[in-house]
Amino acid sequence: MLDRFDPRLDGAFDPLDRARLIGRLGALLPPDRLIVSTESMRPYESDGLAAYRSLPVAVALPVDADEAAAVLKVCRELNVPVVARGAGTGLSGGALPFPGSVLLALGKLNKILAIDPIARTARVQPGVRNLAISEAVKPYGLFYAPDPSSQLACSIGGNVAENAGGVHCLKYGLTVHNILKLEALTIEGERLTVGSDALDAPGFDLMALMTGSEGLLAVVTEITVRLLPLPADVQALLVAFPDAGCAAQAVADIIAAGITPAGLEMMDELALTAAEKFAHAGYPLDAAAILICECDGAAGDAEAELRHVAEICRAAGASEVRHAKDEVERLLLWAGRKGAFPAMGRIAPDYYCIDGTIPRRRLPEVLARIGELSRQYGLAVANVFHAGDGNLHPLILYDASADGELDWAEGLGGAILELCVAVGGTITGEHGVGREKINQMCVQFSTAELVAFAAIKAAFDPVGLLNPGKAVPTLARCAEFGAMHVHRGEVAHPELPRF
Amino acid sequence: MRVLLTPLPLAGPLRGGEVELADQIRRAAEAKKPLRIVGGGTKAFYGRQVAGEPLSLAGHRGIIDYDPSELVVVARAGTPLAEIEARLAECGQRLAFEPPRLGPASTIGGVVAAGLSGPRRPFAGAVRDCVLGATILDGRGQVLRFGGQVFKNVAGFDAFRLQAGALGCLGVILEVSIRVTPDPRRETALCFEIDSDAARRRLCELMGRPTPISGAFHDGRRLHLRLAGGEAGVEALAAELGGDTEPLGFWDQVRDLTHPALATGPLWRLSLPQTAPIPTLGEVLAWDWAGSQIWLRSDRHATEIWQGASALGGHATLLRGAELGAEVFQPLAPALLALHQRLKTAFDPAGVLNPGRMYEAL
Repeated sequence: MLDRFDPRLDGAFDPLDRARLIGRLGALLPPDRLIVSTESMRPYESDGLAAYRSLPVAVALPVDADEAAAVLKVCRELNVPVVARGAGTGLSGGALPFPGSVLLALGKLNKILAIDPIARTARVQPGVRNLAISEAVKPYGLFYAPDPSSQLACSIGGNVAENAGGVHCLKYGLTVHNILKLEALTIEGERLTVGSDALDAPGFDLMALMTGSEGLLAVVTEITVRLLPLPADVQALLVAFPDAGCAAQAVADIIAAGITPAGLEMMDELALTAAEKFAHAGYPLDAAAILICECDGAAGDAEAELRHVAEICRAAGASEVRHAKDEVERLLLWAGRKGAFPAMGRIAPDYYCIDGTIPRRRLPEVLARIGELSRQYGLAVANVFHAGDGNLHPLILYDASADGELDWAEGLGGAILELCVAVGGTITGEHGVGREKINQMCVQFSTAELVAFAAIKAAFDPVGLLNPGKAVPTLARCAEFGAMHVHRGEVAHPELPRF
Repeated sequence: MRVLLTPLPLAGPLRGGEVELADQIRRAAEAKKPLRIVGGGTKAFYGRQVAGEPLSLAGHRGIIDYDPSELVVVARAGTPLAEIEARLAECGQRLAFEPPRLGPASTIGGVVAAGLSGPRRPFAGAVRDCVLGATILDGRGQVLRFGGQVFKNVAGFDAFRLQAGALGCLGVILEVSIRVTPDPRRETALCFEIDSDAARRRLCELMGRPTPISGAFHDGRRLHLRLAGGEAGVEALAAELGGDTEPLGFWDQVRDLTHPALATGPLWRLSLPQTAPIPTLGEVLAWDWAGSQIWLRSDRHATEIWQGASALGGHATLLRGAELGAEVFQPLAPALLALHQRLKTAFDPAGVLNPGRMYEAL
């Protein structure tokens, strides 16, 4: 199981002198901010991927960058791995602690340090909640664009670590497109500033490199985000299709027509039925798929764009086009979409959320193939996705209490991710590799590429103490896992003997 | 048993020209002889000079994939920028970051490696924002593919974005995939008599509300604005602002640095926060990027310019007119430079790819 750190496959560390470590950290942090008892550490044993659980040696809760730096220095000196954690809402086990590691929880660095409404920027600590930024700058008519579905709870530091996207990133971009500057700490506890208050910085683009690096390169302690003016007008459409392939075609046609919707979401029959029962959003239950399309812009433009979208959808075979007549209706359309995940909890004991991205034009064949895989594995799959950018979230329904079903769910998930890679896509669009998809990295990347990633990590963290066993697999892991894989037509690691 | 995969369309063994490029790099690495990476040669003036054997990418050309409904173009590094832009224009799309066209030979690989973005930068993002993937040859002559052809992709470090602006120091770009953007439905150009400081203040106010601006350039006397977006938004803002209309073609001069204020002589590029005061470090020739990119002529010592820019939260580059061997980019703090050197070594252990192009010590 991937919740077990495997020294052979993930990297070995010195034997831990627990008492010495806790003694050193205890000199830095008061007892209420250095958690060492098993019971008190329980809330930190997993992130949003609750299937993986494991306890660290200690949970350190610094209140500022100086304390975080001091913790890192001790860990570096004693060769103890460090896992940084924000709000713990991540879905790939990126903040999963391992036995023998220190969990550096940054939730107490939760202040908005400055808002500059003229320059349209905000300087925030990593523990600030994503939505709290937009709420704080709303009086100035501004917002922070990336809006992952966990935005109520997830932290901006975690967003940077994962390069979080969201429903509106088709138009407004990912985290990397909406930040200007990062203050970070290296494993040595040294401060590092990347990016700048200007639009670029000299040298290599380390800010872009560090965004989405899943806590492997440095620990972010301050973020300067870019704010955007709130759109003047927002309009949304609900479109029903008798066939998922028609819906997929409509998505391609909308984009090809030069329209960049603020959001373009698709749900299949199983997903929309469950969501409707949960949220009563008024979704047509006889549809095979629905699209929700939102356009924003100047008064008049959003509406004109949506009229064009409606025409395109009708031409692609839509059975119903419904324009949300007011804000209440628009929010109701979204309530159904946003309730899709919890709705799954009502129709199955457990669900496993997959996060691949594919080129949009491959959507019909990928949906068909997911259907075949679903039948082959005997587990139902509901499809909810950010159709505009080809980011799929197939939800595999299973029952963890049934013998072996979790393994089957993982197997089906892995097969779907490999399908995404095979059609020219990726194993993760926005949730990150974390621990969950570490084996699939061996499918998407060659040995030389994985070695390059390891070298990038070593340039920042030569001893490999920051979040080991996540995001970038060791070659030993790929040799073991990859034995049955063919990578781009070549057997992985032909240099290694096979048994 | 898991499913076996079919090979990716772009993968597989090296093609003819790539084998030669890889061999040339391997030979250079063995001999520890530097290579000077050359595309169309239109940006040879940019950065520091590299004394080395040329590694030419100009023959490695061609658009590999372009589907307007995917908003992505994939092309070999030596593909002329003009060819890509013409192809996009046929389908009503363009490059959002509007790179300067410094000559007809300019290649897409050079555009990405130089990382220079045009007037739309503050409104639509930089080169690195639009790069979705890159296939490179590293300093060992190995092919590495990072990213891909999809907008949302968080597998592995974003080593493809890292290539944007790295001036070839971290790899020879073989192929890039770039996100493209649809042409706006309406575009118009306006100009106003307004002094520089008042214009910057006005822009902050305009950009604080949802206004369809896609360019804001000040020539010392007049503010030139380009509006782009939906018909209603553009017309409403144009009506509100008044001013004189001018041909959209004016913006080619801004983009391509052919505007009379910028076309000749030594040129400093200052990248500053939009709200920073404009420093008195020389003659401000013009500014672009809504006031956050300042074009300067100065006979002061470079160190003074760098310190002045840094004190305001930005940085400075001597874009044109450096003496041979001199540094042109803002110096990095020692720890940051050391990190750059370690990254350089990671990709290019023998230090043969454009050594010294960005910094003497890199």
